[in-house]
Amino acid sequence: MAVCVETAAAELRDVYNSGKTRTYEWRVSQLKAMLKIAIHHEKELIEALNSDLGKHEHEAFLHEIAAVRSACRMALKQLHRWMKPEKVKTSMTTFPSSAEIVSEPFGVVLVISTWNYPILLSLEPVIAAISAGNAVVLKPSEVASATSSTMSKLLGQYMDVSAVKVVEGGIPETSALLEQKWDKIFYTGNSKVGRVVLAAAAKHLTPVILELGGKCPAIVDSDINLTVAARRIISGKWGCNSGQTCVSPDYMITTKDYAAKLVDALSSELERFYGKDPVNSKDMSKIINSRHFERLSKLLDEEKVSGKIVIGGQRDKANLKIAPTVILDAPEDSLIMNEEIFGPLLPIITVNNIKDGINLITSKEKPLAAYIFTNDKKLKEEFVQRVSAGGIGVNEVTLHLAEDTLPFGGVGESGMGSYHGKFSFDAFSHKKPVLYRGFNGEISARYPPYTPRKLKFLKAVLSGDIIGIIRALLGW
Amino acid sequence: MGVEAEATVRELRAAYTTGKTKSFEWRASQLKAIQKMLTLHSDQIIQALRSDLNKPEFEAVIHEICVVSASCKLALKELHRWMKPQKVKTTLISFPSSAKIVSEPLGLVLVISAWNFPFALSLDPVVGAIAAGNAVVLKPSESAPATSSLLAKLVDKYMDTSAVKVVEGAVAQTTALLHQKWDKIFYTGGSEVGRIVLTYAAKHLTPVVLELGGKCPAVVDSSINLKVAARRIIAGKWGCNSGQACISPDYIITRKDFVSQLVNIMSVELEKFFGKEPLQSKELSSIINAHHFNRLVKFLDDGQVSGKIVCGGERDVSNLKIAPTIILDVSRDSIMMDEEIFGPILPIITVDKIEDCFGVINGKEKPLAAYLFTNDKKLEEKFVANISAGGMIINDTILHFLEPGLPFGGVGESGMGAYHGKFSFDAFSHKKPVLKRSFTIDISARYPPYTPGKCRFLSTVVQGNLFDILRSLGSCW
Repeated sequence: MAVCVETAAAELRDVYNSGKTRTYEWRVSQLKAMLKIAIHHEKELIEALNSDLGKHEHEAFLHEIAAVRSACRMALKQLHRWMKPEKVKTSMTTFPSSAEIVSEPFGVVLVISTWNYPILLSLEPVIAAISAGNAVVLKPSEVASATSSTMSKLLGQYMDVSAVKVVEGGIPETSALLEQKWDKIFYTGNSKVGRVVLAAAAKHLTPVILELGGKCPAIVDSDINLTVAARRIISGKWGCNSGQTCVSPDYMITTKDYAAKLVDALSSELERFYGKDPVNSKDMSKIINSRHFERLSKLLDEEKVSGKIVIGGQRDKANLKIAPTVILDAPEDSLIMNEEIFGPLLPIITVNNIKDGINLITSKEKPLAAYIFTNDKKLKEEFVQRVSAGGIGVNEVTLHLAEDTLPFGGVGESGMGSYHGKFSFDAFSHKKPVLYRGFNGEISARYPPYTPRKLKFLKAVLSGDIIGIIRALLGW
Repeated sequence: MGVEAEATVRELRAAYTTGKTKSFEWRASQLKAIQKMLTLHSDQIIQALRSDLNKPEFEAVIHEICVVSASCKLALKELHRWMKPQKVKTTLISFPSSAKIVSEPLGLVLVISAWNFPFALSLDPVVGAIAAGNAVVLKPSESAPATSSLLAKLVDKYMDTSAVKVVEGAVAQTTALLHQKWDKIFYTGGSEVGRIVLTYAAKHLTPVVLELGGKCPAVVDSSINLKVAARRIIAGKWGCNSGQACISPDYIITRKDFVSQLVNIMSVELEKFFGKEPLQSKELSSIINAHHFNRLVKFLDDGQVSGKIVCGGERDVSNLKIAPTIILDVSRDSIMMDEEIFGPILPIITVDKIEDCFGVINGKEKPLAAYLFTNDKKLEEKFVANISAGGMIINDTILHFLEPGLPFGGVGESGMGAYHGKFSFDAFSHKKPVLKRSFTIDISARYPPYTPGKCRFLSTVVQGNLFDILRSLGSCW
């Protein structure tokens, strides 16, 4: 397999060097091919998502397929504009001159995807890489095996396989891929493997984007429209792959006085959404596999936590389902408060003063997203000012991902780099400055032998000091 | 050493956590402090650079002091604007909503500097880190000891040392610092150490800017103003720290039938600039130390090369000086054509037709800069389209370094990330998107129980097609 990977990488490099992926025509042809896949094979893709994740068609379509189509369409619409060099004003220092910043592809890129949004998180970075003119290898997650093989089949059928390849497999295949030299690596997953990817990239000086995770907090203030807030939280948590989403609210913070109201609101809205028997609701994804099911069960069964379940807790091991579960005041040192939950469990931590919530958040690692529900402008300002996270939602959760004008990515433990919209094109481009000069407009002050007068003149030029320039020219 | 590094980081983190480095006032005060340093101590700076590199005063002022001064001036002028959140449009998907992108500091930044422009390559990144609101540790290069200790002294005197520190030292101190957790690392130097820095950074998921080097080619076409071209090459090579600059033209490519013209003009201009005895010229920096001197001499004494010296070749070991040296038709597989030269030696490769230069350049790693001298628009377009480099100049050398509107950095083996001007501010910032919604207007189509009608409605919203939205609103869910 090491041999296959090496051969594949070499083949891609030859193709890239031929220059074909850099043309507008090639990029457009590939984006159109991808769009075709997302339109004509919608049913097949939805079935694969259902097979891997028990994902309801509503989520499968909206969160994955529609998003892929949007990304293709946006790139097709904007590509001419994105590819155009950006003219830049030059200063007196290089007068007369003109300059521009040219976007060029990096070359051959590796996209390593993950299992929770296996289609979106595979194809959206690939679309980005292609729009920027790169050749690309996609390594889908082996944990979502049906989507991995469906994507492999469809990309093999529709795309230019000399420049866009899918390599399926697990750890051995990923390790073999990471040994190769790539011009960029885009990894979505967890911080442990993120470190492994970075270390491998270091050997080849490969720049990397890491889309990781973290414990995304949601502060809930009082004096808000609690029904709407509860609905949005539920939608961003259990309505997003049963909480197996990097930007789902991981835990909540509210005041001791308000907690009961919050729990009641969540309870009644949860019942409205998922019925009285939520474990059997078809509208909720299952847990991806028994390993994660066991992991989540362990979080619930920890002695200091199990007595604090206020909603849910029911599980169906055979079908890998866990009901929407809310835990009140799990201790700070419990497992559930120390690892990213990535599942349908939602701890609520109570504080005396809502501002203590901000201190709690800033004492932890920077998360991929942080949320606050409030009508208090001052509190909101303080939250935005003090909480560092990949992205922030006010009175909303997860929706910032859907806005193409906003860069999506992490900071600190939650990752580095970002994409979506034009940020995707930029993520896979080298921004090359080009300065143009003619042979006129010679400034002989640059050249030795150096004299005090030359020095004075150039100092004035570099500081944009017009009067100084004139004085120096006049020999004053 | 590890204990000291840990204590340093702990102190900085405590200072950063108070929030003080985030304020406009603190940032402006620190930038002004750097300006003060430059104004009041320029003589000492020039002296230190003379001591470390035998750098002519002219280069010390123009390439180092003025560069930092210009960066401070620009940052102070633009800081309010740079710090302002950028409002962005939102779509129907989150309607009604507003959004902005907020620039926030990353936190604790480590700047590891290099020896060739030891003042500018230390303070210029520090200016960027401070402008973006970070606390910062600067590790100057131990190979330029006078500048290193002057920096330590000046920072201690003028800056807020609870949040801006200089740690002097060599490999041991640098390694101790690299073991710590930083929120960003900015490294200028060679690719070997660049890999080491990245490997340490990986342990803490620290993002890194690497400003490395490479073999910067200069292609010289015929039918140009050869005198001007020659001067600009000389200025970018020997007028830049004796070629010990990451963006100096490393080697030249020109046509076989043009090369003698080029060599002749360059010899003439070199003599105009540095006199008949260039080794005695005060306008030429020395080689930094004996190690690099010997490295460069080895290039010259290489059997494949020594017979092809057409200009220069003289050396003065006691003063660590090498005359401007041009070598013709170096073998493509000589060591000189393999390693970054970083010195006052300029090999010329000749080709049959000028387009052959593409094969030569693309057969090597991506350089930090690439230069082309031509009046042929088609060649120029082909060069820009087909050569990947950190940056590029047509008909000059090194000047893109001075343009604050252009990002300065490498690609591939020559580095990652960029800085200068606003790019410095951005390099040390996290761009945090903030999406704000109100509680009014809540679209229940988002919520379970899921129905085909809800899905249809939302998909039209996602596509932003108003007509379809209105149509599907008609069907109930």
